[in-house]
Amino acid sequence: MNTFLAYIADNLGAIGIALAQHIGIVAAALALAVPVGIAAGIALAHARSRAARTAVFYLLGLGQTIPSLALLALAVGLLGVGLLPAIVALLLYAILPIARNACTGVQSVPEATRDAARGLGMTNMQIIRRVELPLARPFIIAGLRTATVVTISSCALASLIGAGGLGDFIFSGISLFKPEAMLAGAIPTAMLALAADWFLGRWAARGHAVR
Amino acid sequence: MSFLQFLHEYDTSLLIALAEHVRMIAIALAIATLAGVPLGVWGARNRRAGGIVLAFANVIQTIPSIALFGLMIPVLALVNRGIGTFPAIIALVLYALLPIIRNTMVSLLAIPHATLDAARGLGMTEGEIFRHVMLPLALPGIVSGIRIAATMSVGVAAVAAFIGAGGMGHFILRGIQTTWPMMTIAGAVGNALLALIVELLLEWVERALTPRGVRIGAERSA
Repeated sequence: MNTFLAYIADNLGAIGIALAQHIGIVAAALALAVPVGIAAGIALAHARSRAARTAVFYLLGLGQTIPSLALLALAVGLLGVGLLPAIVALLLYAILPIARNACTGVQSVPEATRDAARGLGMTNMQIIRRVELPLARPFIIAGLRTATVVTISSCALASLIGAGGLGDFIFSGISLFKPEAMLAGAIPTAMLALAADWFLGRWAARGHAVR
Repeated sequence: MSFLQFLHEYDTSLLIALAEHVRMIAIALAIATLAGVPLGVWGARNRRAGGIVLAFANVIQTIPSIALFGLMIPVLALVNRGIGTFPAIIALVLYALLPIIRNTMVSLLAIPHATLDAARGLGMTEGEIFRHVMLPLALPGIVSGIRIAATMSVGVAAVAAFIGAGGMGHFILRGIQTTWPMMTIAGAVGNALLALIVELLLEWVERALTPRGVRIGAERSA
């Protein structure tokens, strides 16, 4: 315990930088995955053919079964090492839960509500922006929550392909058999994931604040 | 060296890695199923206990896999089993518990009260209702939980190579360490294929176990 605290005290700056890198990678991946996922979800919810929708989600689901470590490793093969392949792999991983939930959310809007909006003279874009998206909000946030937690966890593996982040401490701790270094990476990663989960859970629970 | 030559050259070690991988997840899933299903049944009967069990399993699920493996090392080093297959299996079991418990609970709670009342009206005892009504109706959902756990375990087990558990992750790791993309890709592709096979296989089991009357509109849960 004392060695752990001493290690933390000695490496506070480096841990802070790794934490910032970690958050940066996750934020970059999500910043791209959220708009793409939501747009894909809306488009799929409006797709005429139900079979096509089912097929797309089935294929995306199968893609999701590819382990994150394998996806990161494959990204290295295509894009080399560093930040870029890590962000690309994580963003591909985050799209499915966001798209699926956005689609479910939009589908949950009653047809009568959509008809009423059309009766008010709204265009299709206006219906999406002012009716469907606000009503689908709890679903979208739930998807974002899943995606965020998964991305934070997988991002610990991104250190392996040279992207930095808290995984650096975990991996060097394992290689050097230095539990204190490993804990210095593992504990903040787990806390970050739990904090994001809790925070987004609170946000989702805060009712349907339809403006 | 072409990829095919590589596969030929390393066929034995790839097969050994595959066997290690499958063995690891099979043991972990067996333990997680034996523990998770009864916990789920208990949770469905006692809602408060169920809530606590689920919250606990949820917290474990949030911990990144590599961090959980890392945490196993100092803890299990106390009994001299810090690295290797042993800590890997323990971590895999902990991960696999959540989907199994959750799906067991949800599928049992989703059985309509009218169905249970009808069974009671036929004079079935509680034990008979559980065996002849609740279990068959909940079985596809339970298998679906095992499927989710299994697919996830294939991926998590790849990470276990870092704590010396072997498996397909070993190829990924060695390929990265020696900057030999072919080895990394061999491990990654093998790992991804294994995950797909496990997913498709258990999807089939799930369908086969669904009672014919329930099969209509059987959506993939979770």
